[in-house]
Amino acid sequence: MSLAGQMIAFTPAQLDEVRRLQALYPDPRAALLPVLQLAQEAFDFISPDVEQYVAGLFDLSPAHVHEVVTFYSLFFTKPVGRHVVSVCRTLSCHLLGAPDVVAYLKERLGIEAGATTKDGKVTFFTVECLCACEMAPMMQVNDRYEGHLTREKIDRILERLE
Amino acid sequence: MAELLLMRRFEIPDSHTLRVYRETGGYQGLAKAFGMTPVAILDAVKRSNLRGLGGAGFPTAVKWGFLPKDSPKPRYLVVNADEGEPGTFKDRYLLERDPHALIEGMTIAAYAIGSHLSFVYIRGEYIKPFRIFSAAVHEAYEAGLLGKGILGSGFDLEVIIHRGAGAYICGEETGLISSLEGKKGWPKLKPPFPAVRGAFDCPTIVNNVETLCHLPHIITLGGQWFAALGTKTQGGTRMYSVSGHVVRPGVYELPVTATLRELIENHAGGMPRGRRLKAVVPGGSSAQILTADEIDVTMDVDGLRDAGTMAGSAGVIVMDESTCIPEALWVLARFYAHESCGQCTPCRESTGWVEKILARILSGKGRPEDPDNLLDIARRGAGTTICAFYDGAVNPYLSYVEKFRSEFDYHIHHGECDVQPGRVVTGLGTR
Ligand SMILES: Cc1cc2nc3c(=O)[nH]c(=O)nc-3n(C[C@H](O)[C@H](O)[C@H](O)COP(=O)(O)O)c2cc1C
Ligand code: SF4
Ligand code: FES
Repeated sequence: MSLAGQMIAFTPAQLDEVRRLQALYPDPRAALLPVLQLAQEAFDFISPDVEQYVAGLFDLSPAHVHEVVTFYSLFFTKPVGRHVVSVCRTLSCHLLGAPDVVAYLKERLGIEAGATTKDGKVTFFTVECLCACEMAPMMQVNDRYEGHLTREKIDRILERLE
Repeated sequence: MAELLLMRRFEIPDSHTLRVYRETGGYQGLAKAFGMTPVAILDAVKRSNLRGLGGAGFPTAVKWGFLPKDSPKPRYLVVNADEGEPGTFKDRYLLERDPHALIEGMTIAAYAIGSHLSFVYIRGEYIKPFRIFSAAVHEAYEAGLLGKGILGSGFDLEVIIHRGAGAYICGEETGLISSLEGKKGWPKLKPPFPAVRGAFDCPTIVNNVETLCHLPHIITLGGQWFAALGTKTQGGTRMYSVSGHVVRPGVYELPVTATLRELIENHAGGMPRGRRLKAVVPGGSSAQILTADEIDVTMDVDGLRDAGTMAGSAGVIVMDESTCIPEALWVLARFYAHESCGQCTPCRESTGWVEKILARILSGKGRPEDPDNLLDIARRGAGTTICAFYDGAVNPYLSYVEKFRSEFDYHIHHGECDVQPGRVVTGLGTR
């Protein structure tokens, strides 16, 4: 299987991790989510080829894997930028200015929510409550929560991204 | 502030480490528990009047008591750390600032119910909490506090940390179990309840992080002592997450007998800029809204139920007089439409319709019959769905429209907001 000429396959070390995860649970199929998380780390997003490859590792149908992948918001079915910015838009953040944060990010990045900047640097999503409402308005930048957002703070955060 | 139990280590540097946890009395509850029989622990939990703090407020000892006595199958303990209820963030603090309290609490629970495998389901976005909790689990294994023969007791417990992948519905216990089993997070029809047939078709207890973190001090200080902190039907303290229009948003631990007014005015510092209170959601977004003159209520499960709302996850969202209630409801309606798992027709369809009607009202094109239609749509299907998600959406739909009807009517008749005239809401109709 290939993606732009690249083979979709885990390294031997990654395959060991797949086997470890499958042996960990009372039913090996329960390792599907952690293995998909591993796959997303390895291949950046879950393409149909990746779904098929992972299905093979579990003896599951690719349709089942596809259903699982598309159910969860943290699995990307399309390429994303080097950085992922997810702005919370639920009630506590909305009350304290989430719409302004979203508008400012659209302006600064020049893209709509769900899109990636042309240079492939940033993908920006709007998401539901990240359960950090005490720091509203807030967003997640890769693995960090950033709160009490202002235009200046957003500028500083974006400037730090490589 | 009254005595802190859950938050007592939060301000201590390195409170997440085993060293600090032990220096501050950690793992003494577990040592004491191993000197007791599982039945004696169940009895202490029963006397404590501990009620589940994940949302439903179900008595913990009663839930444990549902486990079948004669099943040859293994039993599992599942820790619900999928925190997702809008307005709630307490479990994040517990995972980051006192992860060993959760490990100790879940080990006590596992010993009491006879489980040797425990799953901790952490929401996927919680990366820092996951890292801190994982490091604590590693420390606990190294110190003989997890694994084989814990503290020389002969009791074994393995822990699997399972990360979610972004879906609110996986906080619902049967949706969580589906997700844990490697499927999409579709809730399952009950009965059978998880205690009878849960994860991997085995008897399973699902408990919330905060519920389990209460066990060490219930064992150390006694069930009666814990019960005495609360009401006749609910013992102890709990962590209230306060957000929205308050001076000091954050988590506050209070006895469940505290009132909503005390929490907002004394602890969270009231409204900024001297604004007046308009409305409060007391138990996460799925609780019915209260008006400013309905906040003299105690925040125990039964007190809030008697006030026509619910304690839920204790996520308190405060809205001052500048808030447009139809807009607030539209924000939540968008959340529910987005998060419905789509399995039940009433839930899937109604959450979509309600969002669209509210967007229409806010865009100035509302129709006079819209508020009644909203109420009608919301009521249909309530109580008929597979899980309580839809009822949790109906609570805000009905209570916001019923208690703030004039604001909806104003939008419809004037094409704009009465609270902030001329304001244009953006993002209508987008997901
Ligand atoms: C839609 C929905 C979402 C829920 N989300 C959570 C959650 O994020 N965390 C949680 O602990 N419980 C959540 N619950 C409640 C769980 O189903 C379950 O009652 C709880 O985890 C049991 O733990 P407890 O008895 O210790 O409260 C949710 C329930 C529903 C209906
Ligand atoms: S009520 Fe809604 S969320 Fe719950 S199972 Fe039905 S469709 Fe899914
Ligand atoms: S509403 Fe934004 S983090 Fe909760």
